[in-house]
Amino acid sequence: MMALSLALAAVVLKVVGLIFICLACLGLLRFADPLQRMHAATKAGTVGAGCMVAGAALATGDGFTMGVAAVTILFLILTVPLAGHLLGRAIYFSGTPLAGLEGRDALAEKECDPALQGGLPRQPATRRANDGVTQTRQ
Amino acid sequence: MTDVIMQLNALVDMASSVLLVALIVPLAMTIGRMLYGPSQADRFVALDMLTGVAVAACALAMGTTGRREFLDVGLGLAVFGFMGTCALAAFLERKGKMQ
Repeated sequence: MMALSLALAAVVLKVVGLIFICLACLGLLRFADPLQRMHAATKAGTVGAGCMVAGAALATGDGFTMGVAAVTILFLILTVPLAGHLLGRAIYFSGTPLAGLEGRDALAEKECDPALQGGLPRQPATRRANDGVTQTRQ
Repeated sequence: MTDVIMQLNALVDMASSVLLVALIVPLAMTIGRMLYGPSQADRFVALDMLTGVAVAACALAMGTTGRREFLDVGLGLAVFGFMGTCALAAFLERKGKMQ
């Protein structure tokens, strides 16, 4: 009975992980610019993968496996924000158009910071394809 | 009572396989973004997400096959995904500054 309840908890963890991963991928598909997509992919994706690993380790009930799973989850939690920061910085400097910026770039106007001088001149804010559709309806 | 317990046992046995098949949906979404992605940054973000999906698939493969080694594979994939994302981000940043 105890083993069965543990296995059921593992299944619930795995299903929660799958839901989070699906939501992260939905955000990756539907959001408007690379920074928003990265916001969905890094946060929800980490939670989803972590829940999945925790559920799979809990299903085995083995101490060593749970240790490896804990190391994996800890590694994910420690490195994904770092990779996300590097990627976000690179996205900003690569000059991709950002939604909702309305042609104004507050970071580029700040002249005192030499680290931000390399950014490209940016196009005015891009609209999503859907926004064009709603505008023609109005 | 034993009937319910047997059904629950069957559910637990099947869960990993079913979830592994269901993982095709986020995989397809990520690959779609990677193929469609208007800029290179989108493709790199999709690659980062693909690492997370692969780690989850490794964890589920451990549940399906019962082999513990798949979790080590998942840990290795997480390490290489992190290094790959860092390298691609550095590449993208340098490319943006050179233009």
